Amino acid sequence: MKNTLNIKVALWGLIMFLLLWQALAWIVHRPILPSPIAVVPVFLQLIGGELGLHFLASTARVLAAIALAVVAAVPIGLGLGMAPRLDRAVSPLIAIVYPIPKIVLLPVIYVLLGITDLSKVFLIALIIFFQILVVIRDEAAKLHPELILSVRSLGAGRRALLRYVYLPASLPAVLTALRVSVGTAIAVLFIAEQSLTTYGLGYYIVVETYQVLRYREMYAGILAMSLLGLALYLVIHRFEVRVYRYQESANEHARK
Amino acid sequence: MIEIENLRFTYSGKPPIFEGYSLRISRGEAWAVIGPSGCGKTTLLYLLAGLRRPDGGTIHIDGQQLVRPRPRSGLVLQDHGLLPWATVRQNVRLGLTIRTFYGSDGRHAPTDEKLDPQEADRRLNRWIGELGLENLQHQFPATLSRGQRQRTALARTLALNPDLLLLDEPFSALDAPTREDLEQIILRLQEQGRLTIITVTHDIEVAVVMGRKILAMADGPNQRAQIIENESACGPGSERGPAFQDKCSELRHLLGGLI
Repeated sequence: MKNTLNIKVALWGLIMFLLLWQALAWIVHRPILPSPIAVVPVFLQLIGGELGLHFLASTARVLAAIALAVVAAVPIGLGLGMAPRLDRAVSPLIAIVYPIPKIVLLPVIYVLLGITDLSKVFLIALIIFFQILVVIRDEAAKLHPELILSVRSLGAGRRALLRYVYLPASLPAVLTALRVSVGTAIAVLFIAEQSLTTYGLGYYIVVETYQVLRYREMYAGILAMSLLGLALYLVIHRFEVRVYRYQESANEHARK
Repeated sequence: MIEIENLRFTYSGKPPIFEGYSLRISRGEAWAVIGPSGCGKTTLLYLLAGLRRPDGGTIHIDGQQLVRPRPRSGLVLQDHGLLPWATVRQNVRLGLTIRTFYGSDGRHAPTDEKLDPQEADRRLNRWIGELGLENLQHQFPATLSRGQRQRTALARTLALNPDLLLLDEPFSALDAPTREDLEQIILRLQEQGRLTIITVTHDIEVAVVMGRKILAMADGPNQRAQIIENESACGPGSERGPAFQDKCSELRHLLGGLI
């Protein structure tokens, strides 16, 4: 895992992004694509007020969904990874359910759970849940039997094995799965927030700005949602770099 | 110390490894177990470590029937079983950490042991020192040589104060100086304390150095323990003596086409 996102790289990326946006705004030259010079001041002005509330609502939903997914997927994934026979019995079901785009279940979840925050959070959690479940199960099952036997000979029972072997062994892969699935999660959030809510960036972008042709405000919303995705990505990436430290040092050793 | 009575063990779908096998090992003895690969040497270690259950018969250690890993037995496996994401120091500490996790419950840790953080640190530093790991403490296993990994695994096990040490091919793929060095460390421990050591190996020379008694195993089923006395030739540095060469030849002859 290379730490490719340092401040310099991020700043340079941002500058290139703004230049590209500006160029496209000149070329298209229509109200639907205002220039960043028009949008950024609006964003800065709105983020302290109404837009900030929409941003917080969306952030809270994503974080709740991540928490729910992790709390459910980690024990089930570890359990399956530690019990190969159970895993063999259940894995065909997981293989079938895993690739279903969970967004298609939106109407079903709305009817069953009501059009509430819970149903939105549940839908996003469902997506992240399967990503993490599969990864954590595979990581747990991949551990060498000799490693497990060695640690058992040091006195470890099931609980100590979970705490000192299975959890740390699967943590890096869980973070990677989480980082990758957060993008999908926010995309689904955008759709889920368009119906029957009063706060949330999806609602703000589609109902409050796009449908009433307030394009500059709409772009402020788009910017806020992009920043949410970027921030989550960076935070998870930071943790990843930390837990992958040992691989980093192993790679360095191999290059010597 | 160890009493094996009428042991029977079979991996499903394969011929039995042990059938009506009995063996007695006294406290403080140094044993080597030798035999061709696949004959069940490592299985014997797993059985003694309480990691496998016999299909029949019993294993008693210190008068207690073995049904789960025993806190006072230490096992070092051939691939070392180190946590790749933990530093040498964290790896050596692992057994102590697990004991603190459970407390002195008698199942995962001996009841008569007081392990406060100071005592844990003291033991950690002692064994890191004894095995010469001071300068490697903050490295990860992937950056170590095989010999260094073996030392780390040994330190981790010895930090738990075992009275029985089970070693699986402890010197395989080590160069000669590293090997002799480790042999000396282990045999010195055995002479100092009342440590019982059982070394599994496929290498006749290792068996002669490490075993005051040598247990020869064959492709199963093993029914009767075949024991070779080796009082004269074992010990660190014994490779250089003539008694050593004689014993190796004798053993080679005795094992015949087995190895």
